[in-house]
Amino acid sequence: MAKTHVTMTINGQEVEALVEPRTLLIHFLREQMLLTGPHIGCETSHCGACTVDMNDMSVKSCTVFAVQANGANITTIEGMAAADGTLSALQEGFRMMHGLQCGYCTPGMITRAHRLLIENPDPSEDEIRMGIAGNICRCTGYQNIVKAIQYAAAKINGVPFHEAAE
Amino acid sequence: MNDMTPTREERAEKLQGMGCRRKRVEDIRFTQGKGQYVDDIKLPGMLFGDFVRSPYAHARIKHIDKSKALAMKGVIAVLTAEDLKPVKLDWMPTLAGDVQMVLADGKVLFQNQEVAFVIAEDRYIASDACELVEVEYEALEVLVDPFKALAPNAPELREDLRGKTEGAHGKRIHHNHIFNWQVGDKAATDAAISNGEVTIKEMISYHRTHPCPLETCQALASMDKIKGELTLWGTFQAPHVVRTVASLLSGIPEAKIHVIAPDIGGGFGNKVGVYPGYVCAIVGSIVLGKPVKWVEDRMENLTATSFARDYHMTTEISATKEGKVTGLKVHILADHGAFDACADPSKWPAGFANIVTGSYDFPVAHLEVDGVYTNKAPGGVAYRCSFRVTEAAYCIERAMDILAQKLGMDPADLRMKNFIQPQQFPYQSALGWEYDSGDYPTALKKGMETINYRALREEQKAKQEAFKRGETREIMGIGVSFFTEIVGAGPSRNCDILGVGMFDSAEIRVHPTGSIIARMGTKSQGQAHETTYAQIIATELGIEADKIMIEEGNTDTAPYGLGTYGSRSTPVAGAATAMAARKIRAKAQMIAAHLLEVSDYDVEWDIDRFRVKGLPEKFKTMTEIAWAAYNNVPEGMEPGLEAVNYYDPPNMTYPFGAYICVMDIDVDTGVAKTRRFYALDDCGTRINPMVIEGQVHGGCTEGFAIAMGQEIRYDEMGNCVTGSLMDFFLPTAVETPHWETDFTVTPSPHHPIGAKGVGESPNVGSVPAFSNAVNDAFAFLNAGHIQMPHDAWRTWEVAERLGLHD
Ligand code: FES
Ligand code: FES
Repeated sequence: MAKTHVTMTINGQEVEALVEPRTLLIHFLREQMLLTGPHIGCETSHCGACTVDMNDMSVKSCTVFAVQANGANITTIEGMAAADGTLSALQEGFRMMHGLQCGYCTPGMITRAHRLLIENPDPSEDEIRMGIAGNICRCTGYQNIVKAIQYAAAKINGVPFHEAAE
Repeated sequence: MNDMTPTREERAEKLQGMGCRRKRVEDIRFTQGKGQYVDDIKLPGMLFGDFVRSPYAHARIKHIDKSKALAMKGVIAVLTAEDLKPVKLDWMPTLAGDVQMVLADGKVLFQNQEVAFVIAEDRYIASDACELVEVEYEALEVLVDPFKALAPNAPELREDLRGKTEGAHGKRIHHNHIFNWQVGDKAATDAAISNGEVTIKEMISYHRTHPCPLETCQALASMDKIKGELTLWGTFQAPHVVRTVASLLSGIPEAKIHVIAPDIGGGFGNKVGVYPGYVCAIVGSIVLGKPVKWVEDRMENLTATSFARDYHMTTEISATKEGKVTGLKVHILADHGAFDACADPSKWPAGFANIVTGSYDFPVAHLEVDGVYTNKAPGGVAYRCSFRVTEAAYCIERAMDILAQKLGMDPADLRMKNFIQPQQFPYQSALGWEYDSGDYPTALKKGMETINYRALREEQKAKQEAFKRGETREIMGIGVSFFTEIVGAGPSRNCDILGVGMFDSAEIRVHPTGSIIARMGTKSQGQAHETTYAQIIATELGIEADKIMIEEGNTDTAPYGLGTYGSRSTPVAGAATAMAARKIRAKAQMIAAHLLEVSDYDVEWDIDRFRVKGLPEKFKTMTEIAWAAYNNVPEGMEPGLEAVNYYDPPNMTYPFGAYICVMDIDVDTGVAKTRRFYALDDCGTRINPMVIEGQVHGGCTEGFAIAMGQEIRYDEMGNCVTGSLMDFFLPTAVETPHWETDFTVTPSPHHPIGAKGVGESPNVGSVPAFSNAVNDAFAFLNAGHIQMPHDAWRTWEVAERLGLHD
């Protein structure tokens, strides 16, 4: 199949590649860019395991063609930590609050929460739950994911957070 | 000693041993997207396999034409049953003693059954080429309803078994019959039921569902033809068993098969069995000499690999007028689908369903199970439960509520009255188990007090009156569930898989500088083994958990074990870990005595060191001992500090718990809102409370889904109508209730550290709590037993049937 030339910025780096027009963004990221952080859980937009940040929006990369991302600015879980390796507040929060178990949903969940906290820096519990409703976790029951996001929000806002994971 | 000397408490705390809410080691890679799951692995020259699947639930295959697919650019091979016959892999054995088609051999028996395997250069081409394989089918009469399976004129599904009147578990009485299994005293139970002052009889169904881990099943096989070695990466909860099966099927010696289970994205029982996809990837790689990857998509996962439950349990209980139970009789019709591919220990065709007497002191009981074939996907896996324990717990917990209602008794009081009492342990159940330990009354009392049970009942009464007066359209339900699980399979005298005893193992090696590598026969799928096994070793050996690395999943390096499912990791491999560590400690004691120049008996263990009795300032820490193990051991002693243990448990463990659900239901919409959910678990000694609570949250969320709507459903043509996440209910953060966790601790007397296992308790315990809450809400309207799942539509229908919308 004839290939199309695309360029995009992924985790701050400019990349260019040839892709088949039908290649999904998730396959492009995982197989051509070797960014295996975003996962595939359904390929039907239901689970959110494939969530990446594209042009300042959370996007399910299983339902976007790579060619649609031509020129886009994309951040995946691999781009969440600081350049010196320091974990983001969310990455730290997920560990501190036991917000993950098998870890399969985690990259998508953290990537989604990252955008959520930019859109709404001080969300209520209900707003967090609604805000991550597009991301399914089969392991944790969400309670500690909510806490992890609250932990990160507090850290980013510079206010103390006293709750423990439960 | 000066003030800088750490106290004993400080030394113990530093270890992050048992009981500590240690943060998880795994999270460091997972939060950065650096986990390595099967589909993340990419090998040079790797090919992709994909299945042509049957659109029919029951049909004869007249002809398969693969020429168009083979002509497509990028397609390497197309395998059908005919191609697998010469290597005798067209059928494969199941764990339950049946056989299963790898690729459809002459006919298909369920929708989406694997018919042909296309191998191509990439996954898109493989998928396209599947469309080009032409299969001519002749539709046959379909059997969907298990209650019709044994009718004389029911269609014959398994022609391969024609004339076979003996199955793996005894007599077959019909062409769609798999087994009949009985346990208990039938005559005495029949007598108890017919003499019962009060009796109930109800058909309690536990519908078909699916574990649906977020990562589907997948495998990557790579045959090195020069060395004759096969490497197989896969989503395997039991990698050693997979290697043994792969060796038996392929004839390649086990030493030349390397099975690797990397990070696994949830299992919940889905990843115990061996699936056609694994076999075809292996065959493809052996034939082509190139790596072949197979990755299931979500629809394939839901419709073809491993359903769970589908038990239909006709239950009778007899009791005195005062509510003392006198007998329990259960008949189960088990729908196994097209092949009996249950992942039960070999001798247990219905798993441990004979735990159905639950937490109650039944003097007599009888259980009978009939397994039947239908045109549905095979499986029958333990979806986060120990081999049919969930079904059994649901059966007895629902039945106790039905009995309570008939007696006009409070369901919690009825349970309290019939509990096995603490002094009765070890307790011999009427169906043959020896319960190890328990204190049921204390647990239920604690739960009732915490949730303020009596006040809730008062509130419920007031609400019922208000409802009758037409002042509210909401009804309130309180669901009580008191489950006893049986986990930790198991003693090899009665538990094996394909003849291999269900022991498990640990191998611990202490390095000269005092860090440790430990390897286990189990395999985590999210249960934090890397974190928690290290805590056991930290406490046993006095070395900081952070210096202990846990490795699992590679059959080349890990000792043989039976894997992780049925909450067996802590009860079995956890015990092996403690026992191996104790061997090391015994050797360390001799080295310490040698270094301290006293006799072995003059030193004693103190958190992280051996000290001379009566002279606490004379000691050697484990780190010092580790170094000495490599350069200064007593005369005649082998150097080094390592041990291995294969632990064959003397008994199963019996975790239990009290779960209470408070629910409000809008009768006009059928929408149920969980107001509170309280989960008290007693899993014996608690290794990491944070991880335990996380397990309880996750298991309760699965139980919530199952009870409230998650279902694998078929139409009358055998089409699966819940085959995508559009129709198959997985709760999001929005619907999921808030979980309140609590605990009591009754250690297992026969386990080296007293731990019982917890992973599955919340799934087992929460389903009856939710279902009882819905049933309890409608009980005052005489609704009768309402079957699961309780989605809003079905609940609305109940209200409609009761005339509440008139
Ligand atoms: S894989 Fe994209 S939403 Fe599930
Ligand atoms: S941690 Fe397993 S799916 Fe979320």
